[in-house]
This record gives sequence, structure tokens and C-alpha cells, in this order.
Amino acid sequence: MLASLKQRFRTWLFRPRIELGTITLTQRRIFIIPTKQGFTLCFVLVLMLLGDINYNLSLGYVLTFLLTMMAVMSMLHSFRNLAHLEIRAGRAEAVFSGETAQFMLHFNNRSKLSRYQLCLVQTGDSFWKNTNTPLLFDAPAQQDTEIVFPLAATQRGWLQPGRMTLYTEFPLGLFYCWSYLHFDTRCLVYPKPLSDAPLPFGNSPDGTGKRSVAGDEDFAGLRKYTAGDALPRIAWKAYARERGLQVKQFSTPLGEELLLDFSDTPDRSEEEKLARITRWVLDAEAQGLRYGLRMPDGELPSNNGIAHRDECLRRIALFNLPQQNDPLPNPSPTSGRGTRFSPLTRLRERGKGRGKS
Amino acid sequence: MNKPLTYGLLLSILMVIAPHAEHLPIWVSSLCAGLLLWRAWLAYTGKPLPKRWLLMLVTFAGTGGIAFEFHTLFGREAGVTLLMLLATLKLMELRKARDAMVLVYLACFIIITNFFYSQSIPTALYLLATLMVIVTTWVHLQAQSIALKPRLRIAAVLLLQALPLTLILFILFPRVQGPLWGLPQDAYASTGLDDRMSPGSLSRLSLSEAVAFRVTYNDKPPRRDQMYWRGPVLWYFDGRTWTPGITLPTISPKFTGLDHAIDYVVTLEPHNKHWLFALDVPEKLSVPATLTNDFQVLNKEPVHARLRYAARSNLVYRANLQESERQLQRALQLPKRFNPRAQQLAAEWRAGNKDDAAIVNTALTYFYQQGFVYTLEPPPLGANTVDDFLFTSKRGFCEHYASAFVFLMRAANIPARVVTGYLGGEFNDVGNYYIVRQSDAHAWAEVWLAGQGWVRVDPTGAIAPDRVQRGLSAALSDNAALPFMERNPPQWMRDLRFNLDTLANQWNQWVLGYDTERQFAFLTRLGMESITWQKMALNMASGLGLVIALFALFMLRHLYTRQPDRVQAAWLKLCRKLADAGLPRATHEGAQDYAARVAAARPELAEAIRDLAARYTALRYGTHNDEHAQREFLQRAAALKI
Repeated sequence: MLASLKQRFRTWLFRPRIELGTITLTQRRIFIIPTKQGFTLCFVLVLMLLGDINYNLSLGYVLTFLLTMMAVMSMLHSFRNLAHLEIRAGRAEAVFSGETAQFMLHFNNRSKLSRYQLCLVQTGDSFWKNTNTPLLFDAPAQQDTEIVFPLAATQRGWLQPGRMTLYTEFPLGLFYCWSYLHFDTRCLVYPKPLSDAPLPFGNSPDGTGKRSVAGDEDFAGLRKYTAGDALPRIAWKAYARERGLQVKQFSTPLGEELLLDFSDTPDRSEEEKLARITRWVLDAEAQGLRYGLRMPDGELPSNNGIAHRDECLRRIALFNLPQQNDPLPNPSPTSGRGTRFSPLTRLRERGKGRGKS
Repeated sequence: MNKPLTYGLLLSILMVIAPHAEHLPIWVSSLCAGLLLWRAWLAYTGKPLPKRWLLMLVTFAGTGGIAFEFHTLFGREAGVTLLMLLATLKLMELRKARDAMVLVYLACFIIITNFFYSQSIPTALYLLATLMVIVTTWVHLQAQSIALKPRLRIAAVLLLQALPLTLILFILFPRVQGPLWGLPQDAYASTGLDDRMSPGSLSRLSLSEAVAFRVTYNDKPPRRDQMYWRGPVLWYFDGRTWTPGITLPTISPKFTGLDHAIDYVVTLEPHNKHWLFALDVPEKLSVPATLTNDFQVLNKEPVHARLRYAARSNLVYRANLQESERQLQRALQLPKRFNPRAQQLAAEWRAGNKDDAAIVNTALTYFYQQGFVYTLEPPPLGANTVDDFLFTSKRGFCEHYASAFVFLMRAANIPARVVTGYLGGEFNDVGNYYIVRQSDAHAWAEVWLAGQGWVRVDPTGAIAPDRVQRGLSAALSDNAALPFMERNPPQWMRDLRFNLDTLANQWNQWVLGYDTERQFAFLTRLGMESITWQKMALNMASGLGLVIALFALFMLRHLYTRQPDRVQAAWLKLCRKLADAGLPRATHEGAQDYAARVAAARPELAEAIRDLAARYTALRYGTHNDEHAQREFLQRAAALKI
């Protein structure tokens, strides 16, 4: 009974919910309580006051009152340090499992006042600040500060930062002033690819399998590097000319197609199979092949290019996961990658094996 | 722990310890200074902090040294000394943020110990400076990335905001009359009269410029030779030192023939003794006190805090015409073994005279005629202090004359006693009050004459009448080792000194002397009626709440109001003007299109409106958006006549 009341109170007070777009830290969202240090100071002040009374030290009263009032005013300063910050979640590039997902957060400080010593920490559902090391940053006046919040990606599927706590103890460390941020942002985590797995040539729809080596040499131009590209494909010369990391692209003759079939993987466990097929997709793309993907729950026709590769990886990442249908709202326009996060529409259109529902 | 933070902490500790340097034992001062220097050097070179066992060793050695020095680790002096040592040692093990926090709190706490010794205005200003350093360091500790200037600004803002709130708290916080628990004997520092008088004790006191008390006379002040402020009365003489002797059960003194009443207010500095000072002879006092048989006014408690009292005295009186036999016997006590020549001299006087008053005059004439010198630096005396003084050195300060005179009187069988206290004072014409300093300490004699009672006799007046009439500086030759100010300073310096003393007096009365009584008086004057502490607490809370709310409004105002765009405002105003002239801007129309339409309709405005539209577009949507261009646009927009 009491527990449920407590829970209700917390729900009313903290209003845990996932939010879209920009969060403005209004008064209603900011909470403040004294820290341990604050209580220690309180104790010191009581001691000082007793001394003042006992020894009748008028200046002692002045000092004690000054310190007390500075402590009280520091509460207001703490609050001001968070008040009216505008925060929105930015893009989070997909990563492979085992890597670190980087969630972009934009802290827009419109005021003429610099905000110091903001701390961001992932708290999940716990109410108290936890032991995770917080991310520390300042938000200078009249600037939009971009913060990369790193989070270890350990499992394939959608990674959500969940509820984060933004807090500050500035300026005197006497008050813990915090606000909860729970954005709809999420990061797609691909399975960790096997380190080495030869492509399953011979599975191509036309039955030929081997692709000519010559096709690899038809240089078709450069494109921007994306995670997962094979190292030998990187145009190091372009890099040396300070044109950034770029990858050589080769045109592949039509007809050289490869079907990457989930059932062809020799591994036993599902996760291993996914790891292998991930490697296949990466290699096939790196080698400039046209490839298709066949999963037990659907099939993607042959194609190539980064968009195709990402779509394949996404299919693999979300395979057999309940998250496919998680009730996240439609991503807001600000949340980066846009439509590609939408559920597997292409599969549905083709009417073959819908995701688990 | 980064370097600037360490320096900040070092400076904080240095600033709180520095005022203590003079009254700490010299080895503790040097140890602390050495540790601070060492720590600064370690921070500068980035060398690692000393090992723990070494610190433990220094801590134990230091604690032992303090215990040896003070014979205790408790009490004020030893406690403060220990605190200094521990604070400096804490600096040596500055490893975590927690250590730094402890140091910051410790620094705040040590400030308070300084108030045991001084609570003057300079001390208060120094407190603010110290607090500023500490708070700046404190902010730095929380936000290490923040530069010195914003750090200082934040600290200053906090401090300035706290000041008015502190004032409210100071005025309205219910005062509790201390002490809450028993205080150690050494809780208060003081200089002042003692109840023992031996050769040299008063001349030492004469070198102190410290204020003993301040007096405001309600009407005309008395003559200088009537300004005898009675302190301890000394009855018992052991050949060298005068002490009060055994105290008898108090029998109220009896005064007759009272006249020439005078009212005055005394603000007495704390001297940790019971006695209060009043002019002879006091009739009533505004504080509860007892009047002893030898006319001393004694407070119930030792005077540990500045005490203000109003008093009335009668300058003309006859005191104790009927004195008890026992008192007269006390007033005749003599150590027979000492000073045979003085006893012999007195016996000769007694033999030649039957009248006590005549003998008194003989003694005074003796001092006057025998070439006695009034000096602050008398030569040391042997075992027979009175003989040596009377017949050999003939140089002495007031205590020598008082002592010798009373001895002679007693030897001549005239009841006599030594009275110590203060004589005169310095008039402060700025504050219109008299300052009585320790250097005004004086000793004189009282003899009991049949039919006259106790009569004041000041033998010093016989040798150096200027001491009585004009003060110490007039009575001594110029090269005497007097405090600088006791000699004759230039007029401007006197004025400055009086102004400062007036300020100090106000400070003492209103800030340091702000106790329960004064609080009630002040609040009543502010218009508060029937003061209870609940009412004060309520007022305090609402006052604080109001000021904090004002601060909050002021601080958060920036956050909630959007900075209006001046350029857009000017443009919209321009559009309104044109609309009034019959050319409203359509909602879909951009600045350039609108300008083109206006230009077509009003050719005389064409050039100006095109220019303004171009500027507006550049300012709103372009990259070139500096202050100068904005101002130009605003001026031109305002100047356009339609």
C-alpha cells in the first residue's frame, strides 16, 4: 500500500515519460536537494553558532550568517545553472556490438549566462544518482553545445539510453540540482561481425558463384567512408591529400549476384549465424558485389550500395527481436536518420513473413 | 588536485592563520610557515606529497609540543594553536576533493577563532577579504574548468547577495545571552588593572594605548582633578606587593554631605574582572552591582563582554565617618621587618604632630621638597622598596608614591589604603566623549581622618601636579618611553584618531554590543511592539523570503525573457507606418517584394525603402550582422518620413 503510494507520488512528481523533440528545463522539471556536503556545512554552521552564543562573538554571528546566506543563495545559483536549458537529442550512428554508441545531445543555452559543471549520467529507472561516472561539460552562454554521450553497445538491436539524469552541484557543491531526460532517441546496434568468414560463393541465384576478379578493378569513383568498409578499399592517397577518409568504389558487372542466406550459415547458434552473415554483408559490399539477403522472416532483393548494406544490417540486427515492434513513437524530425528507422515496411509490402507480432 | 586550486587553498589557510601569528608560540608560527612554504614548493615543482608516516610524526611531535607548552590540549589557547597546526598539516595530505572540502570548512571555522582576539573594524574587513578568497577557492573546487575571473565574479556575487540577508539575520536573529556552558579560564584576552600592585606594574600598563572605557557625561564634565575612577582598593602590604587582603563581610558604606551630583554613561571594555569603574562616590548604577565597604563597584559576573552602564556620582561627599574598628585595624597593617628608615621617619613626624591632617601635609611637603622625580622608568628597588625609593633613588611612578605614602601614614598610625584606578581621560570632540586608556591607569591613597572619614590624597599630585591637571604626557619629559600618541601629535593626526575612535565606538555599541537588550531597544525604535521571539522569527523569515525572492526575480529574469530582436521590431514598426499610409504588407510578402510594391506606389520613397529592405534582409538572413550595421539600420528606419 505504502509502496504503491510512494510509486504514485514519484510518478506524479517526476513524471517519467519518453519525450520527443526539445526539452526545455522549466521550473517544474528541476529538482533540488542538499548534498552530503551541504549537511556537513549545516553541522559546521550549528557549531559556529553555538560558539558565537557561548563566547558572545558578534563578528562570529556575522560570519555564521554570511556563510549560511551564501549557502542559501547557492541553491538559487544551482537552480539557475540548469534553468531554461533547451536540450534535444541528435543523431546516433549505428554501431556494431562491442563498440561504443555515441548519442548526440544538443544543449542550447540561449541566456547570457554560462552554465558550468553540468553532469550527465545514465540512471535508468533508479531514483538516486548512481555510481556511473558522469559526463562533465560546460554550456557557454548563447551557444548550442553538442555533447556526445557514449554508451557501450553490448547487444544487437536497438540501444536506448533510457532515462538520463542531468545534474549540477555548482557553485558550492551544497545542493544537488537535477532533471530527468528521457528522449526517444535510439541507436541501432549491428551484431558483431565474425573476424573472418569467406563469402558463400556458389549461392548466387544464377548458380555461377565466382565473380570475375576483373570486375573489381573497374574503378568507379570515391565515396565517403562508413563504418565497416574494408581497410584495403580506403583511398589512402586521398586521405594523404587531406580529403578525409574515402573508399574506392568499383563498378561490378550486372549478373554477378550473391544471395546471402541465413540458412547457409554453418554455425549452430542464432547469434553466431547472425555474426557470420553480418561479415558476409560487409565483405560483399566492400568487394562491390550485388547481393541479396534471405532471412527466415523475409528477403531483400539483390542490390548494392551503402543504403542497401545498411538495410541488410538492420534486418540482421533486428532479427527475431521483440524490439522490432516496440511501441516507440515515430522518430521526430530532429532524431537524425529519419525514415530509415521505421519498421520493416519493405518486407511487409512484399507480404513475405512479417516480423513477430 | 591541480596547481591553482592548491595555491587557492594555501592562500586561504595562510589568510586565516596569519592574524594568529603574533599570539601563537614562536615555534608553532615558524612550523606552520615552514609547512606552508614546503607545500607551496611541492605544488610549484609538482613533487609528490610527503609520506604518511612522516606527517604522522610531525603531527604527534607538534601535538606533544603544544601539550608541553600549554600543559593541556584543551582551553582556548591550546585549542586554537592545535587547530592551526592541524590545518597546515591537512594541506600536506591534499589528495582527494574531500580533503580540499575539509580544508575549506576548516578555514571558515578558524576565522571565528580570530574573533577571540579582535573584533575591530579592520578585522571585519579582513574577514570579508578572507571569505572572498575562500569562496573563490570553493567555487574552483566544484568547477575546475572555470577561469579565475568568472570564479571571482561568482564568489563576489554570492558574497554581495549574502550581505543584505546577513544584515536582516543579524538584526532579527533572537539573541541568547551566553554562555551556554562553562568557559575555560583563558577564554578571554585582556589587558587592564590587576588587584595586585608592586613597583613597575602600573608603569608597564602606562605603555598600553588600549581603551579601558569610554565616558559620556550627560551635562558638563567634572574638572580633571575630580576624574578619579576607582578600581581595586588594596589593603594588605607584604613589603613589596599590595593586595586587597582578606575581604570582610560587606557592610554598606555610609555617605553624608553628598553634593555636586553628576550623571554619565560608561562603556567598559571587557577586562575579565568584577569591578566596574565609577567616579567617587557612586550613588546609583543602571546595572545590578554591589557597592563594597571601600566604595568599589562590583559586577555580579566578571566583565567578559563590553558593558554599558549609566551611573550617578556625587563629587562632594563624606565617606564612612564612623568606620568599624576592624577596618581601621586593617588600614594600619604593616610588615614591621621592612623599611626601618621609613618607619623611623614616620615616627618622628608623629612625635612632632598630634594632628593627622598635619602629618598628611608633612608627607606631601616631604615629597615636594626632597627632589623626587616622576618618571616611567624608575630604577629597580631592593628588598626594602619603600626605603630605597624614599632615601636612595627618589625616582618613581604613581605606584611608588602611593605605596610609600600609605606606608608612611600607617607607620604614623594613620589608617590609610592604596586605591588603584584611572585618572582623567582624553576628550574626543568628534564623538563628544572621553576615552580612558590603560595608559591613564593610576594609583593614589586614601586616609581616614576622624571627622572627615576617608579622604583622597594623591601624592603624585605633589610631585607632578600636571599628571592630575593635564594628563600623563604633560607630566613626563618628552623623551619618556610613552606611546607615540601620548606625546603631542599634530592636530590632523589627533583629528584622525578621534574620528577613528568615534567610528570604533559606534561599531562597539551597535555591532559588537548588539545583545538582547540592544536588540529589543532597536526593534522598538523601528516600531515593533511587544517583541516576542516568535514575532522576531516571523519577521526574519518574511524579510529573508522577500529579499531572496527579489534576488531570484533578478537572477532568473534573463532566462525567461527573450531578448527582443531590435532589427525586426524596427522593421515591423516601419511596416505599420506604411500600413497607416495605406500600403499594408501582405502576409505572404517578403521584404524585397514589399519594398518593390511600395516603391512603385510611392516613387518618392523608392530609394529609401529599397535600401532599408536590402539592409533588413542582410541583417536578418545574411552573415554580416555587426553592431554598427544594426545601428545604421535602426537610425535609417526611424528617420524615414512617410
